Amino acid sequence: MTLAVDGTEHTVDVDTRTTLLDALRERLGVTSVKKGCDHGQCGACTVLLDGRRHLTCLSLAVAHDGAEVTTASGLGEDDELHPVQQAFLDHDGYQCGYCTPGQVCSAVGALDELKEGHPSHVTEELEGEAEPTEEELRERMSGNLCRCGAYAGILAAVRQAAGEQEVAS
Amino acid sequence: MRELTYLEPDDTTEAVAAVSGDPEAAYLGGGTNLVDHLKLGLATPSTLVDVTGLPMDTVEVHTSGAEPVMRIGANVRNSDLAAHPVLRAHLPVVSRALLAGASGQIRNQATTGGNLLQRTRCVYFQDTTTPCNKREPGSGCSALQGYGRYNAVLGASDACVATHPSDLAVALAAVDAVVLVQGVDGERRVPFADLHRLPGDEPERDTTLAHGELVTGVELTASPASRTSTYAKVRDRASYAFALVSVAGALDLDEDTVRDVRIAWGGIAHKPWRATVAEDALRGKRLTEDAVREAVEAELADASTTDQSAYKLPMVRNTTAHTLLTLAGQAGDPR
Repeated sequence: MTLAVDGTEHTVDVDTRTTLLDALRERLGVTSVKKGCDHGQCGACTVLLDGRRHLTCLSLAVAHDGAEVTTASGLGEDDELHPVQQAFLDHDGYQCGYCTPGQVCSAVGALDELKEGHPSHVTEELEGEAEPTEEELRERMSGNLCRCGAYAGILAAVRQAAGEQEVAS
Repeated sequence: MRELTYLEPDDTTEAVAAVSGDPEAAYLGGGTNLVDHLKLGLATPSTLVDVTGLPMDTVEVHTSGAEPVMRIGANVRNSDLAAHPVLRAHLPVVSRALLAGASGQIRNQATTGGNLLQRTRCVYFQDTTTPCNKREPGSGCSALQGYGRYNAVLGASDACVATHPSDLAVALAAVDAVVLVQGVDGERRVPFADLHRLPGDEPERDTTLAHGELVTGVELTASPASRTSTYAKVRDRASYAFALVSVAGALDLDEDTVRDVRIAWGGIAHKPWRATVAEDALRGKRLTEDAVREAVEAELADASTTDQSAYKLPMVRNTTAHTLLTLAGQAGDPR
């Protein structure tokens, strides 16, 4: 099967039982994607798969032949950090850092969904536009756990990135 | 994990033939439930037939009749369906239920068909060190005498007290969805109430589908009630948790008299529980809190609880009352 990971094309033979997560880490050596719970509960393995945030632990690799995967390592351009990455630095959005690549990918995906007009559980008016309020961002990031409990910094970081996105658009 | 043959069929006929002809084959959709169960050893197929490449990924809206009809392909992802403008306008309960389920990542992966066919389950089903009639028929039910906080309170049996975890399914039960199914003998339309089953003495069967039957889509018809509808979910934490109790409600009032009402409950039974007794009791009546509570009581006449699950009865009474009164414009925000 082939996978494009952070802009690099790979061709790899995988057992049908291999998850996308294990294919990335164990076969291709892409360690920026993390294995946390391996059961879809923690979000550490989140990447952008064909542009949308996705749990690689709950996906079989063979089901994603030809997919384009962006991990946290592939987000920036040249030596520039992605605005979400910079925001995590600015606000100390981590402690040990293990969940951070998944948090960053999830935040990028969540902000895209917000921009596309996707509502969330806490959106007041289903037919209206959702705003990047604290309540909205907490809800939209609920699939990413941080065992260090750095949520205050994570939330501040995602709010900053959301604000920059609004100004830019 | 057992060795797996992976197939990508060219069309639905080939997919149905592949699974129908092999008792050890299974369909693979978004994988959010099945891949987890493969790892846990709860599902042991020898062949997976991936249906995500089949052309079942669009939402068609037909407006030629009196009410809009949505034909939703089985592969439409939960996040895309929740955001669909026609669904948000005409069937908000379905959108709200989808948004109350799982996490942003999982909603991007999980499909409409797969959501409905996720396993009915409890904590013991997922723990292979304990007896479970659903996992291993005849081995016994650990939840009957064990940790019972999530147990069903209606329609359970001595064999199984698990509840169906889907939020979407509760909303679809409330709005009389039709499930489009393809089998070796052709297509059939399954009324939503007939898709899932109560455990009885066969708890290993969650649905009425024959092995190899493929859900190709779901059909929804809007109604005056569906346009005034919502979903309330009570859970242990604010987000990303299964329902303790949930209520899908839809209401059409003539002044303050109930012209049409739909009520379905989640977290209550082995299948989404359509509260038809309560609906019948309310139709034609003035919508008051007392009337709702009386109707709910009639629906709960056969409820069976333990010390651990007894809290679900006041919870479902209060949540149902709050949901319907909110829809009637008589109370605050249902979330």
